[in-house]
Amino acid sequence: MPDELAIEARAVTRVYKAKPNPVTALGGVDLAVEPGEYFGLLGPNGAGKTTLIKILTTLLLPTSGTAKIAGFDVVHETSKIRRVINMVAGGEQSGYGLLTLREQLWMFSQFYGLPQRDGWRRVDELIEITGLTEQRDQKVRTLSTGQRQKLNFARGLLNDPWVLFLDEPTLGLDVAAARDLREHTLSWKAAAPGRTLLLTTHYMVEAEQLCDRIAIVDRGKILALGTPDELRRRVQAESIFRLELDRLPQNGGIAGIGALPGVLSAVRADEEIADGAGSDRVALKVALDSDSALTSVVTAVAERGSHLVGLAKSEPSLEDVFVELVGRGFGDEDGAGGTS
Amino acid sequence: MSGYGSTVATNPREAADWSTGRVIRSNLRAVAGRAYPRVIGLTREPSWLFFEIFLPFLAVSAFVFVYRALEAPEAFVGFVVLGGAMTSFWLNVVWMMAAQFYWEKDQGNLELYFTAPMHLMSVLAGMAIGGLVMTSSRALAVIGIGSLLYGVTYDIQQPFLLAGVFLLTMIPLYGMGMLFASLFLLWGREAFHLAQLLQEPIYFLGGVNFPLRAIGPIAGVVIATLPLGVGLDAMRQLAFAGSGVQGVLPVGVEMLILAVMGVVFIVAARLALGYLEHLARREGRLTLRWQ
Repeated sequence: MPDELAIEARAVTRVYKAKPNPVTALGGVDLAVEPGEYFGLLGPNGAGKTTLIKILTTLLLPTSGTAKIAGFDVVHETSKIRRVINMVAGGEQSGYGLLTLREQLWMFSQFYGLPQRDGWRRVDELIEITGLTEQRDQKVRTLSTGQRQKLNFARGLLNDPWVLFLDEPTLGLDVAAARDLREHTLSWKAAAPGRTLLLTTHYMVEAEQLCDRIAIVDRGKILALGTPDELRRRVQAESIFRLELDRLPQNGGIAGIGALPGVLSAVRADEEIADGAGSDRVALKVALDSDSALTSVVTAVAERGSHLVGLAKSEPSLEDVFVELVGRGFGDEDGAGGTS
Repeated sequence: MSGYGSTVATNPREAADWSTGRVIRSNLRAVAGRAYPRVIGLTREPSWLFFEIFLPFLAVSAFVFVYRALEAPEAFVGFVVLGGAMTSFWLNVVWMMAAQFYWEKDQGNLELYFTAPMHLMSVLAGMAIGGLVMTSSRALAVIGIGSLLYGVTYDIQQPFLLAGVFLLTMIPLYGMGMLFASLFLLWGREAFHLAQLLQEPIYFLGGVNFPLRAIGPIAGVVIATLPLGVGLDAMRQLAFAGSGVQGVLPVGVEMLILAVMGVVFIVAARLALGYLEHLARREGRLTLRWQ
């Protein structure tokens, strides 16, 4: 791969004309996505995620700033960009209902310039990969929502894009269909290096499962950017572990554990013990200044006559991160302007 | 990976580097791809037999009975049948070309057309060619049934010239559809009403059901602006050569007008499309489903 970033945005703004006042959908976004990276834009409706995707896929001009795909400028080098990208949106109803699933994919393969024979081969390959073999000769209008979205996903891979944009790809899908689609996305990544994904979603699990790095977006601005772990550490510096023990530690008990080097606090959390787990069982919540202090805690527990029967690390969710950054949850309001 | 056709790319910059030949081949494939649903629609939607042959045929029949009741020259019956066949093309241009981008936008196809590595003129050309193939079968059905039912006698002395005039008529007619496709999207959201607004006046001004010469001096103006009227007048002169009914202008002049119109409409369609794309990207509307 050459040195160019797969996706690059510098101070990108986008203002929509609207009455009574213009709406700022993007207020100066900076982004640098490496080739081969899976990058997520996480934010509520109206955060500006879709606007950014429209700019990066050459559908919209930025009001100011610059954006590039594989080094190609989105304003002046649209033709070149369109040869290396593809886009799939959630709830997409593209194509023509009277065509069969196979015909529809072939039609789109022609729009991406695939030679006829290669087009059919690629179509059949993708039908098999996405598990649509049984529906291949079914008319598109008779497909279920989940099947339809798998078809859209297959369409997005027809030209084997270097940069794939997925805009809320699992919107409206049931749990199983959404999981299938996420698995397909991960398989696509595993199949070849250098493929880059930009995903917009407001599903935390999806962002966490698919993305190497995530930008939390709200009201047209990136509020935080990093790996899921980095983002979580922004709101919780200490490591918190939950230990389940067969009995209460002796010789100084919990206070003794709390006094160990590297341990910030240790408290009982018995309410989290499952019913019927045994009447002597106790649960401790210990806060450590780093994960490495855990070894001394486990040793101290054993020295005090207790046995460890369960251990879990307690981490903040990405939603906790969002609430911490924005001061409200995802569902609390729709964000600015209604332009996403 | 990312390799298809003759080029196997190892990075995105290489993948984006298409030769002129590849660009041309890709656009020709896009034309075929877009024409496909229209052609295949012939076999998938048999309702067209009723809506696009039987119903228009009722209007043709009404005029035939009127002309016969008035004891008009028998060639007029043939004029009406030919006009009925050409009506299919006009309907196709208005509903399946002019209004098409509007519907494509609603379905989300327009976004995908914009982001695909092809020129939008290829999409329009595919729509036009697919529509032409689809409508030709309907037009032939109207001519066949009408001619048999009403005993139309043709006097075709120059069949190749007649075929040439037909093809020459189709270029500006579908070129006009390509132009309107962009204009309808630019003008507003009510493509349905715009299409309806155009439909009836063109029936009249195009001389679909009567010889254009019958409307006098206005005919001259019509001839200069409407491909359907010019083409139909020329085709009637060639299909009923011995009938004694004169056209508005000699066939040669009408062919020249059609050729000029063809160039004008296609160039205008290209310019309108460029403007549409520019406006869509600048204003953030037209291609976006929610706007």
